Amino acid sequence: MKRFLLFLPLLVALVIGIVLFAGIGKDPTRLESVLVGKPVPEFSLKDLHDPEVQLTSELFRGQVTLLNVWGTWCPACRDEHDDLMWLAKEKNVAIIGLNYKDDRDEALAWLDRLGDPYQSVIYDPRGTLGFDLGVYGAPETFVIDASGVVRYRHVGVVNETVWEQTLLPVVNEARGNG
Amino acid sequence: MARSLIVALVLLFASGAMAEVADVYDFADRAEEQRYQELISELRCPKCQNQNIADSNAPIAKDMRDEVYRMMQDGASNQEITQALVARFGEFVRYKPELDSRTFLLWATPAIAVLGGLLVVAGVVIRGRRVAAGQPALSAEEKARADRMLADGDEQRRS
Repeated sequence: MKRFLLFLPLLVALVIGIVLFAGIGKDPTRLESVLVGKPVPEFSLKDLHDPEVQLTSELFRGQVTLLNVWGTWCPACRDEHDDLMWLAKEKNVAIIGLNYKDDRDEALAWLDRLGDPYQSVIYDPRGTLGFDLGVYGAPETFVIDASGVVRYRHVGVVNETVWEQTLLPVVNEARGNG
Repeated sequence: MARSLIVALVLLFASGAMAEVADVYDFADRAEEQRYQELISELRCPKCQNQNIADSNAPIAKDMRDEVYRMMQDGASNQEITQALVARFGEFVRYKPELDSRTFLLWATPAIAVLGGLLVVAGVVIRGRRVAAGQPALSAEEKARADRMLADGDEQRRS
């Protein structure tokens, strides 16, 4: 019994070590999305290009889409823009933009200058849809299946690696089932 | 003189600290404002982690405060408000997580630690008593040996 007690500190240190080791390499800014498996929240917002057009969650029905949250105020969005262009042009991915807390004129100028990878862009100047989606920092990209259900959420920049390793498998699965 | 200066300073800074919230939202009474303050201090900002939405300057925290205020004006209960935000941002935004299978260990750890400590203390006390009451400190054989050693020591000193 006495001898066993001598090993107790070692045992405690080991347990703490294992617990702490499990946490290494985890990105604390990566939060679970509660929305995965749920339909896109209801919304009714104007089209960025045409203020006369009202867009609703019907927009996401019928095909697997990426919903990309962006704004001209967001430097990382500029970063991923070329990759989104590449995805839309080379990979024929349907991308819908959510222009988040932005100015219409500036957003249109940005798309004019850099190209427009989006099938349509939802204009959300007050961030209401972004709030309902739980967006806490642009850029964010959601994979949405053909019945309008969120399959995956990616926080941060989309690039070739992210597309091939993270998003494409989800998209393929959504295409298979949807 | 010094005391009145301190009082004046305290009042000055206190009003400054309150102003940030008070000038944005109007509350029907003091209790409502208190409730609002409690709610936003228990909700965590998803962007600047380790800050509550009361302290955070992030735009998302502002949106969350707006939503808390709006829901309060609509007569929502504290639980409804927290639920609405958890539904969007996940359990992460709660500084006080619900008790469920995932958070059970989190809530139980203090109790487990206290219980463990009590067991150790009880063990030490019980063993101490048993030694004191039951057996003499030295067995007969040990006592004889000790006597012999003491006697030897005495002889050596004498010679």
